[in-house]
Amino acid sequence: MALTGIEIFKLLPKTNCKKCGFPTCLAFAMKVAQGQAKIEDCPEASEEIKSKLRDAATPPIIEVQFGTDSMKLKIGGQNVLFRHEKKFLNPTVLALEVADDDSEIETRIDEVLNSSIERVGETLRIEAIYLKNRSADISKYRDALERILKKAPQIPLILGVSSSDIAIDSLSILKGHRPILHGATAENIEEMAKVAAKFNVPLVVSAKGVEAVIPLTEKAKALGVGDLIINAEPKSIGELLRDNTFIARGALKKQIRSVGYPIITFAWGKDDFYETIVSTVGILKYSSILVLKRTLPWKNLALFTIRQNIYSDPQVPMQVKQGIYRVGEPDDKSPFIVTTNFALTYFLVKGEIENSKIPVWLGIMDCDGLSVLTAWAAGKFSASKIAQFVKESGIEEKLNHRELIIPGYVAMLKASIEDKLSGWKVVIGTKEASGIPAFLRNYVRSKNDR
Amino acid sequence: MKFSIIKESYTGSVPEITFGKNRKVSFGGEKSLPFLFFEGEHPHKPLISFEVQDSPPQDYPKELAKVYSSVWDDPVRWAKLCESFGAEAIALRLMSIHPDTTDAKAEDVADKLKKFLNEIDLPLIILGCNHTEKDAEVLPIVSDVARGFNCIIGKAQEGNYKTIAASAMAGGHSLIAMSELDVNLAKQLNILITQMGFPANKLIIDPMCSALGYGFEYTYSVMERIRIAGLIQGDPMLSSPMVADVGFYVWKTKETQAEDENSQWGSLHERGIIWEAVTACSFLLSGAELLIMRHPEAVNLVKYFIEDLISTKEK
Repeated sequence: MALTGIEIFKLLPKTNCKKCGFPTCLAFAMKVAQGQAKIEDCPEASEEIKSKLRDAATPPIIEVQFGTDSMKLKIGGQNVLFRHEKKFLNPTVLALEVADDDSEIETRIDEVLNSSIERVGETLRIEAIYLKNRSADISKYRDALERILKKAPQIPLILGVSSSDIAIDSLSILKGHRPILHGATAENIEEMAKVAAKFNVPLVVSAKGVEAVIPLTEKAKALGVGDLIINAEPKSIGELLRDNTFIARGALKKQIRSVGYPIITFAWGKDDFYETIVSTVGILKYSSILVLKRTLPWKNLALFTIRQNIYSDPQVPMQVKQGIYRVGEPDDKSPFIVTTNFALTYFLVKGEIENSKIPVWLGIMDCDGLSVLTAWAAGKFSASKIAQFVKESGIEEKLNHRELIIPGYVAMLKASIEDKLSGWKVVIGTKEASGIPAFLRNYVRSKNDR
Repeated sequence: MKFSIIKESYTGSVPEITFGKNRKVSFGGEKSLPFLFFEGEHPHKPLISFEVQDSPPQDYPKELAKVYSSVWDDPVRWAKLCESFGAEAIALRLMSIHPDTTDAKAEDVADKLKKFLNEIDLPLIILGCNHTEKDAEVLPIVSDVARGFNCIIGKAQEGNYKTIAASAMAGGHSLIAMSELDVNLAKQLNILITQMGFPANKLIIDPMCSALGYGFEYTYSVMERIRIAGLIQGDPMLSSPMVADVGFYVWKTKETQAEDENSQWGSLHERGIIWEAVTACSFLLSGAELLIMRHPEAVNLVKYFIEDLISTKEK
């Protein structure tokens, strides 16, 4: 929590010595609070206030970076519990678990490298590999790591090791990588924290339950590891929801520093279906990294989509890209409908056109994601802009007719659009999307009768 | 440092709704945000109802047709099949009345419903076709036919709530009030309906559902806001249980229909099931207590999810 000017003022010497360049300590305090002056400019500022300010500048859940130069990943940094308050920051990183004694490591790496799917203009993928030291053998682990580096030199890594020797051995060969080190428990926290501090990599501390995790984060921090990640080892969805809620609430509502870290969750499940459900809960409820046992295209698609949905900005209306969309298999005689690019408008209109079973060319106009009436009121869905969109969209080449259907709410634009689009006839559609199927059937019927 | 659990304090609670005649089920009644058992009572599990339509559906994609096509020309057989899948309640959607499909008359539907009520004793939700005028015409007659069966009637909307709410009240039913993805609209509709004398503890909010990938986050956040307003801020007009009409929205999406050839998306069978299950589980986490679903395998997944959550209740 940031300190106010008055809170800072109370901790200053109050001598008004002017050495900071400001006339009074109060004026200086105000500037510091606003971030326009640095506390170091005060020669007499105490260590107490300096550390308090440093602390206040640290977000309640710290942000941790890992990965490689060409694939940098950021996790944590959340500042709200519910997405309607403010956009969730740093989408959950999805990682695939690979065991060092897996005979088909290359196939698994391919799964990760080929996981990308394009959705609503974004490329989504499994971003990282968690390499598990299942063999408990240092040379097997080294070998597996080298195989990964050979095939995917830039893939962000999480090293799942149980001994500091293996950790040191791996970290010494990883150049240009900032991997996460996983494997610190109550038994080995000192050695592991020292390794993480020496190599300056983020460290995961694991213990069963939030209460058991706290002494570990405190110890690791005391040993100089700032970038920590929590694994509270939930074994059921109930525990996952409860632990993650405790951690996020503790950090965000009470500013408890010892839980103010990103969370890593290892998905489990009796089958791929259930692992997807467990992962869904992690994505919805505060897990910053999710390690999957197995990836499959349908599973990836569902997880990518829910992550994309939940990490969207609630303040910015979701938008669809401007363009001409085909609904069904339209031909040169098919109706042509124009509306705005507010995602809900698009989904509703498209859904109802699909229900009508009549193929349609759907023209989606960039109106900054506003709905029809709002866009019209804001001048973004005006006659001249619609006319310009139609001309530039290339739709004229696709049609053997010149009829444009506009939403019922902007019926008043008809004459004006016809003025600006010579040769075109404007037809007034329905106000609500629900009326589209009936409208389209009548429209097509009357057109055929003509 | 000793970690003390940070509990939220609540001033409101969700009314409990019980419906059905001979076989009854209940949902709602909780006093904290979803599944946070450590800070408030949760007397009931969320309830999953199976959707049945009163005429053969025109828009069920292949994956649903595989399950239901052998029974869908008869709603009674369809409901019995759902019962064999473990259904605890049925949501009968009267699609035949829609002016764009068969535009069936209220009397025809009334006869069908009488037969249905005679043969099926599972608790029943009766849904119109989402056509404001036609629902206003048919649902009052349906409410009357089902008098004494203690059903849930839906959906009353801004444009037709008066006739639908009045008839649901006369028939002794609970009522679903649907608004469009807005906390204030949901509240306003509940106020209007209760001002008619409709009991607030028999109201269910439908904040408008959506499918994963298609407006999902709007429904998710509106549900969370309604729950927070009802429970933490104690707004009685926003504390009603919520329904998520999941199947209806999910099985329209292309993710539940595109064939396997689109290898990027993987197997259609699993994809369709997971699309419905993920959507449903998410809306349980954001606050729904009642689900309307279609695919039995998706229902099984959601049931398992609920049991898994509840396993922490006693600890």
